Amino acid sequence: MVQCLILATVIAILIAVLTVRIPWLAGLANGVSAVGLTIPSFAMIGLMIGPFGFGPLPAVVVVTFFAALPILRNALVGLSGVPAETVEAAKGIGMGRLRRLLTVELPMAWPVIMSGIRVSGQMVMGIAAVAAYVLGPGLGTFIFNGLSRLGGANALNQVVVGVVGVVILALILDLLLIGVSRLTIRRGIRA
Amino acid sequence: MPEHAAHNAELDAESAQSAESAGNSQSAGGTEHGAAILLQEVTKRYPGQAKPAVGGLTLEIPSGSVVMFVGPSGCGKTTTLKMINRLIEPTEGEIIINGKDVTDMDGDKLRRQIGYVIQAGGLFPHMTVAANIALVPKMLGWDKKRIAARVDELLELVSLDPAVYRDRYPKELSGGQQQRVGVARALAADPPVLLMDEPFGAVDPITRQRLQDELLAIQDELHKTIVCVTHDFEEAMKLGDWIAIFDEGAQLVQYDSPERILAQPANEFVESFIGSGAGLKQLSLTRVKEAELSQPVTASPGDAASDVLSRLQGDGGRYAVVLDSRRRPIQWLTARQLSRMQFISDQVDQELPIVGDQATLNDALDEMLVATTGNALVTGPRGAFIGIIDVETVTQAITDARSASGESEAPVGLNSGAMSAVAVAATQEQEPDDALPMDGREA
Repeated sequence: MVQCLILATVIAILIAVLTVRIPWLAGLANGVSAVGLTIPSFAMIGLMIGPFGFGPLPAVVVVTFFAALPILRNALVGLSGVPAETVEAAKGIGMGRLRRLLTVELPMAWPVIMSGIRVSGQMVMGIAAVAAYVLGPGLGTFIFNGLSRLGGANALNQVVVGVVGVVILALILDLLLIGVSRLTIRRGIRA
Repeated sequence: MPEHAAHNAELDAESAQSAESAGNSQSAGGTEHGAAILLQEVTKRYPGQAKPAVGGLTLEIPSGSVVMFVGPSGCGKTTTLKMINRLIEPTEGEIIINGKDVTDMDGDKLRRQIGYVIQAGGLFPHMTVAANIALVPKMLGWDKKRIAARVDELLELVSLDPAVYRDRYPKELSGGQQQRVGVARALAADPPVLLMDEPFGAVDPITRQRLQDELLAIQDELHKTIVCVTHDFEEAMKLGDWIAIFDEGAQLVQYDSPERILAQPANEFVESFIGSGAGLKQLSLTRVKEAELSQPVTASPGDAASDVLSRLQGDGGRYAVVLDSRRRPIQWLTARQLSRMQFISDQVDQELPIVGDQATLNDALDEMLVATTGNALVTGPRGAFIGIIDVETVTQAITDARSASGESEAPVGLNSGAMSAVAVAATQEQEPDDALPMDGREA
């Protein structure tokens, strides 16, 4: 789960960095992140059984895919929101492309990217539960088991345990992410 | 500060030689530290535009002098400036700094050797003041100790107390302070050339005037080659040794000293740019430090008020000026105020009418009018007190200045491709040395 989120963050930022200065590519990336979110996660998981079979792998692929979308979107917004004068000041004192990116643009876009990661963290919890359908690990197993035996003994309880578990996990993750924001957003740009 | 210059070897290599050949009158004030810049038939064309943004501009910028680019917006002055550090790559032509063609050296390396100041400082909001200033030295691989010492030295230079401001973030500073840090960052690696793009456009008039004074005081110490873009002709007159007036397409209309542009505008365009009241603008050409200053009684916090009072009465002046440990004025007290206190306090009077010694008489008059006093306190380098100027002195100086107008041979600047191969050293024109009573940066 958390690993998926980290992987998604890395992928999303990479794509954003590569596309943000090229208008048509940035538009495309934005489009994909918007349309991607409308794909029902359940359908997506079903589709992944084809290439990846059952087990954790399709679950990881799907969760990472969905997790990357809000982060990508926010990374694009954050990076293009770095004022042109600031970028020019960085160029003007002789910073190269990579140094500009690492020491100026990403740190300045970081608060926006971080809020994307938090949205992603919430959303992905629900999707991860559904991923249990393809026999991935997690609390989703409780939910699916319960639903399939609905009306049977303790079936409803089992579903509730799964759902509450997911919600609690989501809250814990969000708290963690808030902590990470506090630690990684520099004081000069903290709201 | 030659110890900071070592890494600038590439651009500094010929500075000694060029300083010599320049025979520059400013060498009297210290070592020559700037670099001569020559733009040789530089053209910038943007695709899809019929007219070039800059058309065949040849311009010589003498080492150690302040050259102001003025002109209407969109005239290409900023484009010209940015071609010097190659933020904008010229389409044609050569840019020669200290005899070295920089058009094909690595742009990032070049820019680390040229200070660059933009409006509002262009500071990075997520870095502290110290981290902002340390950027270029870090890229040049200085060790930590040297960087820390340099940061403090620079903060002192721009009149910010290192202990107070070092660890602040840009948003915790006023506009004027941000601009100061911007200047400090540009000077961090002691570059021979400083480029400024409308540096004081974003601050209020009084702060702007102080920043201008400070820049001149800094220039007095460091003798950089400064190229500064502005749309404000008053600012150009105040800061510039030479002013280049541009029209559309970076067509150079006049390139001369402020005095001569004022006295002999090349054409109607220049006249309209100078604006009406050119006579009064003479006020902007005379500097406070050329005027006669009076020396009042001074005191320090903690002195017994009665002592100071008796000294003041003995002196016959109106004010006793209280100076802090760095000789910066913090209050001025009349005999009446002194008679009511026991000891001099260390509180700082924010309303003091203070002008730098590089300020123009115009500024001094402004300051007196705002403070509704007939006097203003004059401060020198790093805010140290040097005397009091009064309104009579200002009016006298205006009268004296009226008739004076300088003869000078301006550096080369033209647009046609007619001039071929101008050697840098050969075109180093002398600064006007015929005892201009109005030019403040000499002697």
